Amino acid sequence: MAISSFCKKSALSTFSCSAPASATGPFLLNMTSTMPNPLALIAELTHRCPLHCVYCSNPMELQSRTNELSTEIWSRVFKEAAEAGVLQADFTGGEPLARPDIVALVRAARSAGLYVNLITSGLPLDEAKLAALVEAGLDHIQLSFQGAREETANEISGTKSHTQKLRVLDWLRRHRVAVTLNFVIHRRNIDQLEEMLALAESSCATRIEFANVQYYGWAFANRENLLPTRVQLDQSLTLIKREQERLQARIRVEYVVPDYYAKYPKPCMGGWGRKLMLITPSGDALPCHAAQVIPGLAFENVKDRSLREIWEHSAAFQKFRGEAWMQEPCKTCDRREQDFGGCRCQALLLVGDAAATDPVCSLSPMRPKVDAILTGINTATSAQIFAQPPWRYRLNPA
Amino acid sequence: MTPELHSFPRLAPGCRLSEKAREPRTLLMPERALRLNGPSLEIVERCDGKHTVQQIIVDLQKIYSKAEPHKVEQDILGYLILLQKERALDFQL
Repeated sequence: MAISSFCKKSALSTFSCSAPASATGPFLLNMTSTMPNPLALIAELTHRCPLHCVYCSNPMELQSRTNELSTEIWSRVFKEAAEAGVLQADFTGGEPLARPDIVALVRAARSAGLYVNLITSGLPLDEAKLAALVEAGLDHIQLSFQGAREETANEISGTKSHTQKLRVLDWLRRHRVAVTLNFVIHRRNIDQLEEMLALAESSCATRIEFANVQYYGWAFANRENLLPTRVQLDQSLTLIKREQERLQARIRVEYVVPDYYAKYPKPCMGGWGRKLMLITPSGDALPCHAAQVIPGLAFENVKDRSLREIWEHSAAFQKFRGEAWMQEPCKTCDRREQDFGGCRCQALLLVGDAAATDPVCSLSPMRPKVDAILTGINTATSAQIFAQPPWRYRLNPA
Repeated sequence: MTPELHSFPRLAPGCRLSEKAREPRTLLMPERALRLNGPSLEIVERCDGKHTVQQIIVDLQKIYSKAEPHKVEQDILGYLILLQKERALDFQL
């Protein structure tokens, strides 16, 4: 499901092939490594979705069903991905369960040697389908929630969806698969974190991901009604720290902060063309979810070239790889190997130049633009910021 | 927090070793992969719910007979706790 692929945008950038250094004794040798290969393949199987979330990460221009890749092409892509070094496949969308061949796709990815994640709303799921997916080799299911309370969740998703998600949680207890609950966080649900944690604790989840909305696509269009206040954010940080300690060794609690409030940008996608590759429903290979907003980038299609060729040679992947494209202050910054200049799409969206320093960075000359947005929200009255918004709901593809 | 020596460590749901044919071997888990080699691979291969913590220690002390046995034990316990914190491991009694 598309909403939680937003979690991906930053959460997956922590995708690592290493253990915390502190825990490795000399006896255990060195477990850290950096691989020059793509590590994860984000497979956007379809743009069709029963939800209409106001922060959907899908592009505003959605692909129709007739353009979707066939089972055979996806199966070839999974093999090529494994050969190129990819470890994990993230099935997302839209709603990946909208594909009638979803069980065959899970089986194909698993037989290719990949670890298979399914990111879903759980809406088109019944217990027989769940059993078939697990039998086909599904490793990990990420169930998205739009809130802890039914009325908030239904408002944000534009659908009556919450009760079905609770049913899915119940079925999951009876199947051997890893379970993550994904909550996309924003002004209207950031005060419900404790209720969300209680939901996770009462379930079989071993991981909970709170990802603040990142502002691209539909979320960018609804930003003024989604950005949390600084007070809300500070309270959430205190709570998360406390809960991470309390739940240690039971539930991993991950928190992705809204980068508009950050001092430094996120290392978006773990660096452009460094770890991740996204395939759209029609087969275009992108370095990140939102890359299509950048003018002048031409994307290659998996129908025409192998995944490895695209990874190594595609002009779109080369464009912001490494450091040659960087301008000041990134070019000479000590942090350039940590955050890679931040997010190219955000630079484009906020300052009109995809090669600029991500303007959320406190070192960016354009940071005042971001501060002005935050000031607008933090000086408004409570009645103003919690007024019923004129939501712009995500549409469905034609 | 020390694992009970007579408990049986077992990889948690959704955590598994990558296939033998794929090098380097890794422990695959939600959103993560730990690269394994030498002792860490020997340990994880035994986290199958059939070996006790004690048996894993004895096995590895044999395999790494040149290492100081107490040190081997401490490293194994530390590594098992790390895996549990990562939510990759459960201890069954």
